[in-house]
Amino acid sequence: MNELSASSRITYRAVMVRSGMARRIRGLSDRTLAWLFITPTILLLLAINIFPLLWTIYLSFTNYRANRANVPTIWLGADWYQSILTDPDIWAAMQVTAHFVIWTVVIETVLGFGLAYLIDKKFRGHGMWTTIILLPMMLSPAVVGNFWTFLYQPQIGLFNYVIAFFTGRAASSFQMLGDVTLSPWAIVIVDAWMWTPYVMLICLAGLRSIPDYIYEAAEVDRASKWRQFWSITLPMALPFIMLAVLFRGIENFKMFDMVNLLTGGGPGSTTEVASITLKRAAFESWRTGYSSAFAIILFVTVFGLANIYVKALNKVKSR
Amino acid sequence: MTSVTAAHSVVEPSATTRRFAGSLVVLYAVITMIPLVWIVLTAFKSPDDAISYPPKVMFKPSLEGFCNLFTTRSRQTPEFIRSLGPPQGLCDGIARDRNMVVAGPSNYVPRFVNSLIIAFGSTVLAVALGTLSAYGFSRFRVPLKDDLLFFILSTRMMPPIAVAIPIYLMYRTIGLSDTRLGMILLYTSVNVSLAVWLLKGFIDEIPREYEEAAMIDGYTRFQAFVKVVLPQATTGIAATAIFCLIFAWNEYAFAVLLTSGNAQTAPPFIPIIIGEGGQDWPAVAAGTTLFLVPIVVFTVLLRKHLLRGITFGAVRK
Repeated sequence: MNELSASSRITYRAVMVRSGMARRIRGLSDRTLAWLFITPTILLLLAINIFPLLWTIYLSFTNYRANRANVPTIWLGADWYQSILTDPDIWAAMQVTAHFVIWTVVIETVLGFGLAYLIDKKFRGHGMWTTIILLPMMLSPAVVGNFWTFLYQPQIGLFNYVIAFFTGRAASSFQMLGDVTLSPWAIVIVDAWMWTPYVMLICLAGLRSIPDYIYEAAEVDRASKWRQFWSITLPMALPFIMLAVLFRGIENFKMFDMVNLLTGGGPGSTTEVASITLKRAAFESWRTGYSSAFAIILFVTVFGLANIYVKALNKVKSR
Repeated sequence: MTSVTAAHSVVEPSATTRRFAGSLVVLYAVITMIPLVWIVLTAFKSPDDAISYPPKVMFKPSLEGFCNLFTTRSRQTPEFIRSLGPPQGLCDGIARDRNMVVAGPSNYVPRFVNSLIIAFGSTVLAVALGTLSAYGFSRFRVPLKDDLLFFILSTRMMPPIAVAIPIYLMYRTIGLSDTRLGMILLYTSVNVSLAVWLLKGFIDEIPREYEEAAMIDGYTRFQAFVKVVLPQATTGIAATAIFCLIFAWNEYAFAVLLTSGNAQTAPPFIPIIIGEGGQDWPAVAAGTTLFLVPIVVFTVLLRKHLLRGITFGAVRK
């Protein structure tokens, strides 16, 4: 079937127009088949995603508590939304989230783009080293994040030992996870370690999409390497960098597993990102109505970001 | 610089540039591998070596971590241990040296099996549903196609904890909480969006003429899909399946909130492996190593399709 010659394909297509009716009668119509193929997916998503979402919206207007299901539910209107948006604790969590998202995205973009730029020089063995660099991002953030708590141990941890070795400070003199100022950076370090390869991979695709003749033309025009970087390399890779930034931004805005295992939000609430606050409210204090409202607020935020993301994605696609 | 490279091509980096770039990348790769290497090393250390300072790179390999991972032990008096017969197996011997006897198997194997069943179950479902929908979106004129595709993608954007609240209530009501079926359905719904988007890209690349020719030969549309399109899409389907598998294998948030005993997978279990007096790091490292090995293998297999997978098919090489 695959080796049809071009000419026979054209003949086939001509015949096809005439036999269209016959085909309809023989098999299911395309229209029926299209719905048959797509409906199962849509139904599953409606059952496991949309129905629960609608339920959450309903709960966010009530005083329902999952651990006291027998207490009659009272309609509260938008009370939860009002109290969340004026709650200083929520804004503190949002600040922690912002610190985490901004710093991880900045570090990952700079390192990731730099690495991609170096790998694009095609030194010997670059394929193998690229695969090695990619490994951390494929691993489970929870399982690996958990192991980082061992590396961060003040007495015995490898991370503290290496820092102590290079700075001369005592390895037990600082605690990456127990310190109010250091712990927000401890989670940034692990996230950057895991996800820099992600940004690197997308940037590498961007760099490789730039055709050689543009650089050749620039050489002919005697543009310096520095100028070539700023006028050709960076602008042409920019849509890819943006894609990576938006994707990392959304993912880290939702970050839960790695932070939950590294610090659990502590010490105090210094690393309590939005998802941890949500988990504490929903599954520890069992304030279901309140946490539903917070979940909806987070979802609307992510959805807004996702909209921008899809637009950027289409822009990259159309290239 | 320019005069040196002129003999070659003007855009080819010089040998010096390459060597410099190469050494920086290798340096980064080595640093980034240290935590992973440390996990594997710790898995083969004895508990004393694991927590020694300065950290030991050279040590006498021990299987105690793996033994502690797979067994539960109870402390006994030396008199009692001496009254027992010879140790049964390697792990019993190691335990007796520490005045303990093996009491039974640990929960690691059941958790690992749960991970396997849930990951494979949800992958098969997600890829099956995804292939059908992707073909539908790729070949037919579907009303509101772009909106439906965006809707499918947007379900993946929800924070997992936000989804977990109503799922928890829903599963409690219909009796799916802490069941493998419940987790399979949940992971399928998360993975199906990725499957649809990735597979649509792969199927878009298969020329329509093949099916059209087959249909002239008397195949129905469905037969053409099964006998012509599916064989052509095998690579894409395999790559998609591995991505779904990795997601389900690695997932933690839903697993820790929605499962406790029956259906608990390995990710929420590994962090709570506790020995006497705190975390038993060699055992944790051993559990982590066994858990990570399949992913490392899959990553190497997938390396050509990684880019496509992580960008939902937006960037193709």
